[in-house]
Amino acid sequence: MNRRILVLLSVLMVAMLALTACPGSSSTPADSGSSDTASSGGDAASSGDAASTEGTKITAVMGSTIREGEQAAIDYCIEQTGLEVEVVNGPESATDRIAQYLQFFGAQSSDVDVLMIDVIWPGILAEHLIDLSPYVDNPDDYFQRIIQNNTVDGALVGIPWFTDAGLLYYRTDLLEKYGYDAPPTTWSELQEMATKIQEGERADNPDFWGFVWQGNAYEGLTCDALEWQVSNGGGEIVEADGTISINNEYAAAAFDQAAGWVDTISPPGVVSYQEEDARGVWQAGNAAFMRNWPYAYSLGNADDSAIKGNLAVVPLPKGDGPDARNADTLGGWQMAVSKYSEHPEAAGQFAACIAGKDAQKLLAIGDSKLPTIGSLYEDAEVLDKNPFFSQLFDVFNGGAVARPSTVTSDKYNEVSTIYFTEVNKVLTGAQTGQQAVESIESQLQDLLQ
Amino acid sequence: MATQSIQPSQGVRKKVGLSEAAKRTERIAWLFLAPTIVVVLAVAAYPLFSTIYATFFEAKLGSAKAWEYVGISNYTRLLSNSGWWEAVWNTIRFTLGSVFFELVLGLGIAVVVNSKFPGRGLMRTSMLVPWAIPTAVSSQMWKWMYHDVFGVVNDFFTRIIPILPQKIAWVASDATALPALVAVDVWKTTPFMALLLLAGLQLIPADVYEAASVDGATGWRQFMTITLPLLRPAIVVALIFRTLDSLRVFDIIWIMTSGAFRTESMATFNQRQLIQFQKLGYGSTVSVAIFVVIGIFVVFYMTTIFKEEV
Repeated sequence: MNRRILVLLSVLMVAMLALTACPGSSSTPADSGSSDTASSGGDAASSGDAASTEGTKITAVMGSTIREGEQAAIDYCIEQTGLEVEVVNGPESATDRIAQYLQFFGAQSSDVDVLMIDVIWPGILAEHLIDLSPYVDNPDDYFQRIIQNNTVDGALVGIPWFTDAGLLYYRTDLLEKYGYDAPPTTWSELQEMATKIQEGERADNPDFWGFVWQGNAYEGLTCDALEWQVSNGGGEIVEADGTISINNEYAAAAFDQAAGWVDTISPPGVVSYQEEDARGVWQAGNAAFMRNWPYAYSLGNADDSAIKGNLAVVPLPKGDGPDARNADTLGGWQMAVSKYSEHPEAAGQFAACIAGKDAQKLLAIGDSKLPTIGSLYEDAEVLDKNPFFSQLFDVFNGGAVARPSTVTSDKYNEVSTIYFTEVNKVLTGAQTGQQAVESIESQLQDLLQ
Repeated sequence: MATQSIQPSQGVRKKVGLSEAAKRTERIAWLFLAPTIVVVLAVAAYPLFSTIYATFFEAKLGSAKAWEYVGISNYTRLLSNSGWWEAVWNTIRFTLGSVFFELVLGLGIAVVVNSKFPGRGLMRTSMLVPWAIPTAVSSQMWKWMYHDVFGVVNDFFTRIIPILPQKIAWVASDATALPALVAVDVWKTTPFMALLLLAGLQLIPADVYEAASVDGATGWRQFMTITLPLLRPAIVVALIFRTLDSLRVFDIIWIMTSGAFRTESMATFNQRQLIQFQKLGYGSTVSVAIFVVIGIFVVFYMTTIFKEEV
């Protein structure tokens, strides 16, 4: 009898530990990565403002691994501001990173002063961040779409640091082989070209597909599907004034069109693809077109790539409707300062410097990160290192579209989950585009009322 | 266990008065136990009760905003949420599938590596490899192996052993996604099951088998009438461990399907609510509900299998 109770208790204890160990037990940032302190020399040339904060020690949460360009930018700003900066590596996964930030903010911890935040987080984190507009001398130099995205109730909670956008990758050699002299400008053209190239290539390569993209039920599908609907004039799910605009025929038709690609010009598994699944097909030479982020460019041109030298990027195609336009979903990171920082002024100066023009240039040259300042796309040194940047300026200047994260604020993740879950069901044939937009609309009304 | 050394009669005499020495032993025992009890209270009891407390509030994770008392509305909302019930059902299907195959395969492997053959030590070590790989890594690896264009699984079944007419997108349909995940879990955890059962097998004395051989029992007969009954305690422990573990499945699903194609589990549902949607109160309610579901399984095992055992 006693023994039975003991066994029962110990099993219960195991279950309890298992349960409680699940949420909220992640480690502090100091545990999750190495940290290194870099201190400035006393001879730092500093502006008048910096004099009052010179030598102040602040902590900055940066990338998970600091590459050459980022290190150069950090060193440059330490010299410029005269601060002592402890750099902490944040988690690699964005989901883990925000979970950790929320723990810090929940405890109102002053351990962290400066942190990099994802483009969809300003709304979620605004209540914990300070207004950085006093530190930015030239806000007009930045891409205005990102500045708007980062402005919550009039406060600039993040300075755009580097950016990302959805792009259309195409095979220059295959387009030439099949007699096309320019990449597609509309989705219908893309469909037509993909079909023809796929038919031709299948003769030698049964694994060849026309177009690969991200159809898995996750944040990446929100990016892809937003591009389809905006490019067809279908609105931005939730407009900047809070109107829920998803229920319209253009959005529905855009989803139906994408569903038509599955198992015709796109592999059946595309509905479970994330970025790397698509790149795997593309980079092995098994696809004519790919929708992906800029990171795939340098990888596609690496020595181990089957398509080295045979690829190029353009903005994504647009639809055929009256309000059709180019649309490329924005990604990227911003520098923010915690409200609980003990040295907000020093932190603000550092954030403004690291997201400033000089540091962004170092980042672009060293790490091929896309600047958020337009003039850097014409900078000779930047272009020399990254020739494809010149093709991207138009994307960020005109076609970029932001996910509705600022207007939906802390509900954004739920909005996005509803959206990608329903769109994924259209792609798998479980419902039509019209059913999806109606379902998304009613769920969003419940959520955002 | 410590309690076994106490004679029944001592329990009766306890009230009358233990000897000084026995009292001292008891005090020392409590002294030695105290750190453990403190640690268990701190790391298990406190989080558990604070989780239960949070279920009666509406609160935002990581926010300084005040908590709002909402009574039991989090529970009523959860119980009427079809997404939750689907997650429960998916988790149970996943658990039954993976635990069943792990038990069958684990038992077979345990019996094999328990017999004497050259290279047994190497075999026992190498079979643990799948279990030693972090789940996140093996899930990503399997995701690529299941890939519909460049995956090795499809290549195998269409080219090397051509039993499939065309390549299949394994983790991209309702019919195949969950079985594909179960297969990964079985691949990963069977070694653990085999290890637990192997430990049980080694406790069975060899002379029992010798006696059976002398009596002319066949290998199969020996397995059914000696091995299985004597292995029962080890099987029960292994079943409980693996069931409780499977009911909490998270990483395989999160990485391979993100919960799409009817693979959302209780834990991935919980992560969404608690971390992504920052619903501290509602997410805690999901945690408590998972606790209850796991508790039901524990009680089931205790009242059926363990009852006969003790």
